[in-house]
Amino acid sequence: MKKTKTPFKRNTLPKSPTSIQGLDEITGGGLPKGRPTLVCGSAGCGKTLFAMEFLVRGAMKYNEPGVFVSFEESESELIANVASLGFDLPGMIADKKMWLEHVHVEKSEISQSGEYDLEGLFIRIHHAIESIKAKRVVLDTIESLFSGLPNPLILRAELRRLLHWLKRKGVTTIITAERGNGAFTREGLEEYVSDCVILLDHRVSDQSSIRRLRIVKYRGSTHGTNEYPFLIDEDGFSVLPVTSLGLNYSSSRERISTGISRLDTMLSGKGYFRGSTVLVSGTAGTGKTSIASQFIEAACKRGERVLFFTYEESPAQLVRNMCSIGINLEPWVNKGLLHFHAVRPTLYGLETHLTTSIKLINEFKPAIVILDPINAFVIGDNQVEVKAMLLRLVDFLKLKKITAFFTSLTSAGDNMEMSDVYVSSLIDTWLLLRDIEVGGERNRGLYVLKSRGMEHSNQIREFKLTNRGIELVDVYVGADGVLTGSARLSQETKDKAEQLLRKQEIVRKQYGIERKREAMQANILLLRSEFEAEESEALKVIGIEKARIERFTQDAAIMAKSRRGDTNIKQTAKVKKI
Amino acid sequence: MKSKINKRHKFPVKGENSKWYLRLFVAGQTQKAIKAFNNLKFICEEKLSGQYRIEVIDLLKNPQLARDNQIVAIPTLIRNNPLPTKNIIGDLSDKECVLVGLDLTEHNSTLYM
Repeated sequence: MKKTKTPFKRNTLPKSPTSIQGLDEITGGGLPKGRPTLVCGSAGCGKTLFAMEFLVRGAMKYNEPGVFVSFEESESELIANVASLGFDLPGMIADKKMWLEHVHVEKSEISQSGEYDLEGLFIRIHHAIESIKAKRVVLDTIESLFSGLPNPLILRAELRRLLHWLKRKGVTTIITAERGNGAFTREGLEEYVSDCVILLDHRVSDQSSIRRLRIVKYRGSTHGTNEYPFLIDEDGFSVLPVTSLGLNYSSSRERISTGISRLDTMLSGKGYFRGSTVLVSGTAGTGKTSIASQFIEAACKRGERVLFFTYEESPAQLVRNMCSIGINLEPWVNKGLLHFHAVRPTLYGLETHLTTSIKLINEFKPAIVILDPINAFVIGDNQVEVKAMLLRLVDFLKLKKITAFFTSLTSAGDNMEMSDVYVSSLIDTWLLLRDIEVGGERNRGLYVLKSRGMEHSNQIREFKLTNRGIELVDVYVGADGVLTGSARLSQETKDKAEQLLRKQEIVRKQYGIERKREAMQANILLLRSEFEAEESEALKVIGIEKARIERFTQDAAIMAKSRRGDTNIKQTAKVKKI
Repeated sequence: MKSKINKRHKFPVKGENSKWYLRLFVAGQTQKAIKAFNNLKFICEEKLSGQYRIEVIDLLKNPQLARDNQIVAIPTLIRNNPLPTKNIIGDLSDKECVLVGLDLTEHNSTLYM
């Protein structure tokens, strides 16, 4: 028999999916199957929840029952704690999907005499695993044994034995540990757990908390090495890696009106793309929120749902203010088409903002989402984080084909085109509002800085807030440069007067020519009549002369006749010639 | 004083030896288990002759009992009676520690006799 050489097959490490949102993407499939993973972090960073979610989701989704060995919380406490996340532990325990084992060690009740081992713990874990045929085990803060039992040397050796034993059993284990000074864990457990170490971090920067997750090591597998923000909310644990969302969303060709007809015209006559990201940036008081409101009104009239995140104004104030420019948003709120979500940006950290936003969007299912303004999030120097958050939000919205409308306040004097949060790369259509200060006046100008995928106007429009909404007016571009406001108005009246003057001049000239023509024609008539008079006079003279000659001839003939001569005829002819 | 303590720790007493009820948790007949049992027997004979009862529980046969009694370390000796419950872990080779752990030092031992 001929042996065929099989090509080397790339075998990836078998993995145990966590089904924790985002984590499986970073780890490339989950935690190492059948091996221990160390999850460490300081107090309150979500270690227990992480571990519990790993078990619960494993049991529910992958039919891998789990044993939770808790060294700190009792069974009833655990059940109560995770019930708020919607995990029905008692039900799972009854279905033999979950086993809670509370290992209680109380130092004051225990004294030591001679050598001991942890065989009791082994037996308990073994019994639990065998009872429900568990595939996953969690040891929640096994380090607390160190404070409960004497003789750390024995404990260390026993823990090492326990981890080897669990590995031999082939159960996927999570060991949680408190973060120690300088080291990952207080008791140096990372020495024993060498397959996968995940670090959870909960830090406060600028008075808002950020949770982060980092995979410190993952033996035998590639993994994301960044610090990824994660969240704990009523749905549990979720990691939000930027990379978990690829750039593979489909794009709509549908266009939606901006609510301002002349702005539509500027954007090749149709408005924004559906599902695109629109940014309106400008200095204070240039009418960013007004443009947003006009857009909202147009959307609500089409029957679309709009979710408005306002970070600076309360909904009531916003509705009142928009009434002043003739936009009444209240009916849409009452109809349920418009929903306001008003929170202070400082209320919670960026990640929580992101998830609450995403959650609200998922619940409300809007066609349009407004964030007013995005730079409210920028506190101190967290621009990179804000950008990362917005990037993830934009990705999410694009995936859902929701049109995002951001406003951004740029401080005066800054480079206007350098948006505060450096989000320009995320933006599809960017409208810039700016002050034009001429002649002791401040006027608003609007132009389209960029608009991907459509023809757009390169003109600055003057932007007016009237009590009938927003109006865009052509700015005056003439010999004196770009004029707006009353300067534009006065220039326009000046122009009008000039035009009138010119018209009058033309009329005057035409009148003059007419008069000249009339004079000329009168002259012609006069000349003609003069000529005619002279002509008739001349003819009369000619006639008289002719008649005289005739008469002379006749007289001569008569005379000749009377003289009876015939030679005289010639003489008469001669006389005539003379 | 004596009667007060006795009253507080009123306990259903069954059989004459049950005044001292000690349970020794082991996992199989290991060296450590045998050593612990012998050490315990020796101390009890010396201090509590005739008033004690030792129950050896093999957790390999009854793993459920480990959970019920919160056993982590092996061997574990639990003094169930008299109260309060006392736990001593180890092979009981340190006699002084056992006596302190069981409140059997000279001062206290007379209290219960």
